[in-house]
Parts: sequence; C-alpha cells; structure tokens
Amino acid sequence: MIAKLVLENLKHRPVRSMLSILLIGVPVTLILSLVGLTHGMSEDAQRRQRGVGADIIVRGSTATSAVTFSPATIPEAMAGVIEKQPHVKLALGVINHGLELPLVMTGIDMEKFNELTGGFTYLAGHGLRSEDDILLDRYVAEQKNAHVGGTVTILNKVWHVAGIIDTGKLVRIAVSLKVLQDLDAAHKDVTQIYVKVDDPANIPLVVKELKNLLPSYSVQTMEEYIAAFDYNRIPGVSQFTTVVVVIGVVIGFFVVCLSMYMAVLQRTREIGILKALGAGKPFILGIILAEALLMGVGGTAVGIVLSYGAYALIRALVPTMTIIIVTSWWPIAALITLTGAALGSLYPGWNAASHDAIEALSYE
Amino acid sequence: MNSAPVIEIQDLHKTYRVGQVDVPALRGVDLTVRSGEFLSIVGPSGSGKSTLFHIIGGLTPPTTGKVRVTNQDLASLTDAGRTRLRRQTVGFVFQKFNLLPNLTARDNIAVARYLGGGNPKPDPQFEEILRLLGIAQRLDHKPNALSGGEQQRIAIARAVVNRPAILLADEPTGNLDTANSKAVLEILRDLNQRTGQTILMITHNTEAAAYGHSTVHMRDGQIVERTGA
Repeated sequence: MIAKLVLENLKHRPVRSMLSILLIGVPVTLILSLVGLTHGMSEDAQRRQRGVGADIIVRGSTATSAVTFSPATIPEAMAGVIEKQPHVKLALGVINHGLELPLVMTGIDMEKFNELTGGFTYLAGHGLRSEDDILLDRYVAEQKNAHVGGTVTILNKVWHVAGIIDTGKLVRIAVSLKVLQDLDAAHKDVTQIYVKVDDPANIPLVVKELKNLLPSYSVQTMEEYIAAFDYNRIPGVSQFTTVVVVIGVVIGFFVVCLSMYMAVLQRTREIGILKALGAGKPFILGIILAEALLMGVGGTAVGIVLSYGAYALIRALVPTMTIIIVTSWWPIAALITLTGAALGSLYPGWNAASHDAIEALSYE
Repeated sequence: MNSAPVIEIQDLHKTYRVGQVDVPALRGVDLTVRSGEFLSIVGPSGSGKSTLFHIIGGLTPPTTGKVRVTNQDLASLTDAGRTRLRRQTVGFVFQKFNLLPNLTARDNIAVARYLGGGNPKPDPQFEEILRLLGIAQRLDHKPNALSGGEQQRIAIARAVVNRPAILLADEPTGNLDTANSKAVLEILRDLNQRTGQTILMITHNTEAAAYGHSTVHMRDGQIVERTGA
C-alpha cells in the first residue's frame, strides 16, 4: 500500500517529479564521467606502456611519478652502455615532450623501436622516413582532422603526416628522436630508456645491476612502472574524485530537500487526512523517505543514461581523452545518490510527520 | 440500542493558545454516548462542536477533565496512543470529504484498512456496506471524477472499513445539495440501524439533526441542552 501511495504521489505531479529526478541525475552523470575519464586514461596509458614490450624502464633522477616526465637528462649513449650489460637484449632511448593534456610527443629511433615493439600497426601510410615526418594515432588524427599526406603544426613546426597508427604502443604522436632532441635543445639526451631482457627470470637481476650502474637514475620493472599509472596512485585524482562525490551528495541532498519540502507543503491537507486515518509519524516519515529514495533510484538511472551521452560527447569532441563506462561504479553512484536523497528527505519528512493534524486538515 | 456507554465525558475543558492569548474552546462539557446511539450535535460556529469532535477522535488532547472513549482515558494517552485510537476506534467523515486525491476510491478505502491493520481479503460485511452506499461501480475512479455525493459515500465507506466503535461525522452534508444530503443522511441512519454503528454528527441543519436519536445543543463551549431519546 505504501508503494502505491508513493508511486501515485510521484505520478500526481509528474513535472516536479521528472525535474527532481533529472536534477538528481546530473551529479550521477558528473561522477560517472569523471570516473570514466580517470579509469579510461589510466587504462589507456597502462595499455600503451605494456605495448612497448620492454621489461625495465630507466628514467631521469628527477622523475617523481608515472605521469610526470623529467627533462631529457639521460645521455643517449647510456642506452648503448645498458645494452652491453649481461642479459640485456635491447635498450631504446626515447624523448618525450608534453603537449596539451593529455598528449605527449615522443621522439623515437624508428629502427630500434620496431625491433623492441614489433613495429606499429599502420592504419594508413608508413613509418618515419624524413625529418619532417610525424606519426599520429587514430584518435589524435581524428582530433586534429589530419590525414596521411597532409600536414599538422605542432611545436611551431609544420610536420608531414607520414602515417596513422593504431593506438596501444607507447606513443600517440611519434617523430624522429633526433629532430625532437634538436627542438628541445636536448642534443644527445633522452627522457627514458626501455630495456628488454633475454629472459623474464633475469629481470630482478638486471634491475639490480642497473641500479648499481646508474645510482642516480630511477630504475623500475615495467610492471612497477605500469602500476604507477593506476588512477588511485595518480596524485590528486582520488582527492578530486572525493570532492566530486561530496558535491554529488550535496546536490542530491538539496534537490531532494527542496523538492520534498515543496511536496510536503502541497500535501499538507493529505498528511492531515492520513493522520486522521491513524497514520503515525513513522508512517508519514516512511512515505516521504520512500518517495525520496524512489526519486534517487530514478535519478541514478537517468544519470547512468546521461553518462552514455557524456561518453559520446567527449569521444566526439576530444577523441584523445579516453573515457570508458565503468559499470562497477553504478552501485557506488546509486549509494551516493540514495544517501543524498535520504538525508535530503529527513527534514521535510520530519516536518510532515510533525504536522498538527487539525491544522493540516484545515489547510487550503 | 446497547446501553453500554462508549463515550463518557466529565467536566471537559479545552483551551487553545493563540499567540499570547488563551482561547477557551470547551468550558466544562459533560456527555455520555451509548453504544449504537446516533447523536446529533448542533450549535453556532465557535460553540466548540468541532473541538469536542477532535478530542473524542484523538486529534488533540483535552486540557482538563475526564474523557473515556471505549474505556480508554484520553487524557493519559500519548501521541502514539491517540494515533492507535484513530486507527482502530474512531472513523471520521468530513464536510469536505477529504479523500486522498491521488488515489482511486478503492485505494482510499484500502489505505484506511491498511492503517487499521485490517485483513486485505474481501470482507462480506463490508461488501454489504458498499452495496448499501451504492458506490460499488465507482470504486476505480479518482475523487476528481466523482460527484460530491459519491465522494462523501466513499468517505463514509473509508470511515467504517475498520469497523470503528464510533463514527464522527463533521457536517457531512455541508457541501452537498439537498438530494445528496438526504441520501447521505439516510445512509448514516441505515448504517446505524443495520450495523449498530455509533454515530456522532455535527450539523447546522435542524432537519439533518432530526436523523439522530437525540440532539445535543452547544453554545460558548458548553452543552446547553440535550433533546430526544
């Protein structure tokens, strides 16, 4: 009976109910989009690092976290030294130059890169052949509306688009190592060196050797390095997510509080009738709470649907921002919304439950 | 008529606080109503009729005096106790019908049955009452699709669905035309005669008051006369 009463109450003022549900859905969309972005970008970065096929990474002494790049401080020749160490099969030095977030331009030695990774998968065009050549992955190409044979201007230089590559192997934008070193005035220096070992069983041994050999550099296994791209370990992300979650709860709280307060005012006489029929405070409070929770459930569903819209919009406007649908966050978003809704219904619910029946019955 | 008293009131006083001023609404009311009685209460506006109803119905506590309804001392009842009284012992019929506008007539009755803890299965005696009220065909309509007379019949059905000891009807014909007023009054009388339902009815209309076994006249918060059986 309570379910029927609650449903009929919501149906009785459909515009108010729909607007409330829509407003409750907005923070859900906000939360799910943020989580989709952090998870998506984190997973994308991990996939691209894994795609290199290296076992160990050597980075400059000032590299503090996975997503920060040190300047190119490692002499390029160091790759040759590393290659001479026991059990080291190959060492590839690359230089990174950060562009607009989240893009990074990477300078590579095409031949060695192919040797380490097995080479790019070309969706169009071919590899780097001249100093002006540039490779773009399909998302960057889509975002910059670039095509093979055309040109793009990056770092105030006009590049010839030599190939469009599939994503998943280290870079999104690749140019010749030497050219980027010159542009960055980092002649003969690299940002990081990827190391391939002859046998995975020898990785700990080689790490140990390299740490002894290069005490001032950061030496990590690729597994350690890739793990550092986890969204929980990226500085500020979890705090930012917490702030958005709190905003979600607060918005849900105020929307429901305002909506239910209005509903209680509009239904003063009905509350009086229920009291005259023998409804106690818990019953009245229960109806208001159930109505708020139902709106919370509706808001969650609307928020989830809208998050697909946000997903499509971000993919269309900024293809390089990798966003994914994180279904595991749906129940969390629901819990956040229902918490906000339940808290928001308490004051109007208590207000309704405390109405004087006689006054309520005479309310016009 | 069963002679057992169902309502016993002695020296009942009720004072409302309006701002800084105490406003006496009842000033020493004594009243006994026996089970199965149909009592009309008449009096001018402000005479205390509705306040008396609200106290008997457990909507507000008395200020002083003794009020026993089905052997329950209302002065000692808590808010929860008065809620139980409204749920199980009294049924209200209002001048403005006071049906829940979102629900169908059937659901309006079902809410009262639910609150009273009644069995949701069809009750033959209540089905008989529905036939008596002549509303069996209108149960699936919402209040805005029902005439005033129909709404008041639904309100009566809702008030008696839990078989309360007392039916309190506050000007039940106040918003009805002559034909519907007569129909509702005859329904109340039928209900009283067929089921022995105790009824207290407030009215301004002396013709309506005549449907009761006896009439209580109120003025200035006091009962000034009781006429009839």
